Amino acid sequence: MKRLGPDDDPDRLYTVTGGRSRSADDRTLDLVTLIVSECDPTPGMQSEHARILAMCRRPMAVVEVSAELRMPVSVVRILLCDLLDLGQVTARHPRTPDTAQLPAADLLKEVLDALHRL
Amino acid sequence: MHSTASEHADTAVAAGTDADRIPLSATADNGLKIVIVGGFGVGKTTMVRSVSEIRPLNTEETMTRAGLGVDDPTGVEGKTTTTVAFDFGRISINDSAVLYLFGAPGQERFWFLWDRLFSGTLGAVVLVDTRRLDDSWYAIDRLEAHGMPFIVAHNDFGGERHTLEQIREALDLSPDVPLISCDARDRESSKAVLIALVDHLYALSVQASSSGRQSVPGQESVSVPETAERAS
Ligand SMILES: Nc1nc2c(ncn2[C@@H]2O[C@H](COP(=O)(O)OP(=O)(O)OP(=O)(O)O)[C@@H](O)[C@H]2O)c(=O)[nH]1
Ligand SMILES: [Mg+2]
Repeated sequence: MKRLGPDDDPDRLYTVTGGRSRSADDRTLDLVTLIVSECDPTPGMQSEHARILAMCRRPMAVVEVSAELRMPVSVVRILLCDLLDLGQVTARHPRTPDTAQLPAADLLKEVLDALHRL
Repeated sequence: MHSTASEHADTAVAAGTDADRIPLSATADNGLKIVIVGGFGVGKTTMVRSVSEIRPLNTEETMTRAGLGVDDPTGVEGKTTTTVAFDFGRISINDSAVLYLFGAPGQERFWFLWDRLFSGTLGAVVLVDTRRLDDSWYAIDRLEAHGMPFIVAHNDFGGERHTLEQIREALDLSPDVPLISCDARDRESSKAVLIALVDHLYALSVQASSSGRQSVPGQESVSVPETAERAS
């Protein structure tokens, strides 16, 4: 299947994003920020919004939404910001430090245990 | 021999068709990242597939070079759009944490997007193929520049044999960076790579907290002076 990307019909991407490039807070949507729907899709809703609400009934990372919609992450961030603004989804942000800091040893221990159990 | 994802394939089969997703726990709230980086065809996707609880998915990020921080997904003329494709898999850690494993090519434009995509990454695996070591130098350089902890995994494609010492030397790799051999097609072997990375991170983290510092080069188990030089 063809992915919607920068080489595609610009009108299409323009429509999907409502012509906006980014809103203020989409910077804060990490690839692994988990998105959760707060309501069901309603008839007449933009189809991408409806699909996101349907797929995020259980938590789903931004990058998974992007893969599922076959749209670049930057486009998906914009769609998610619309839904966040409307309170239709919530975002669970990663709790790891985003600078060159190391994560807490107890979290790493949990990861290690899980890997050993794999 | 292929022993990839034998037991865990069951879960995927039980979930039905390719299109079906295995949902995360409803309580999942902390996404973690590990990046596997390496040259073309070095086995990144294979390694992700070997350990992931989902079939690897892929997507891409685009960014225009013209205005840093100003994305223009409409692709307006006159701007250079950088696109990086990457794939990923997932390992649930517990009710709260879920680890995403990213396979990404180490070419130049990838590093242009590193901060945007991979800030907050726990650590990285540099996957190397001894037939094309040059591909790895750049990645190792960039990771060091980003202060990102990493290990190096040598994916053996056969051919001429090299000892780990030879590879370490050829890569000019600092003695405090763990280096191991693996077969990315093998689940246990790929698991061992991830465990080696997280062991390394754990040692760094314990060391950092006991010395009151946030980020320390060096690994606990290796007695290398802190001043160990990274050959440049
Ligand atoms: N002999 C051998 N072959 C391997 C190993 N790992 C991967 N391969 C094979 O190498 C080929 C490339 O592997 P991929 O996982 O697609 O490599 P990649 O790094 O994702 O490649 P690109 O995404 O195209 O850059 C596949 O045919 C794999 O089956 C290994 O450890 N040993
Ligand atoms: Mg690949």
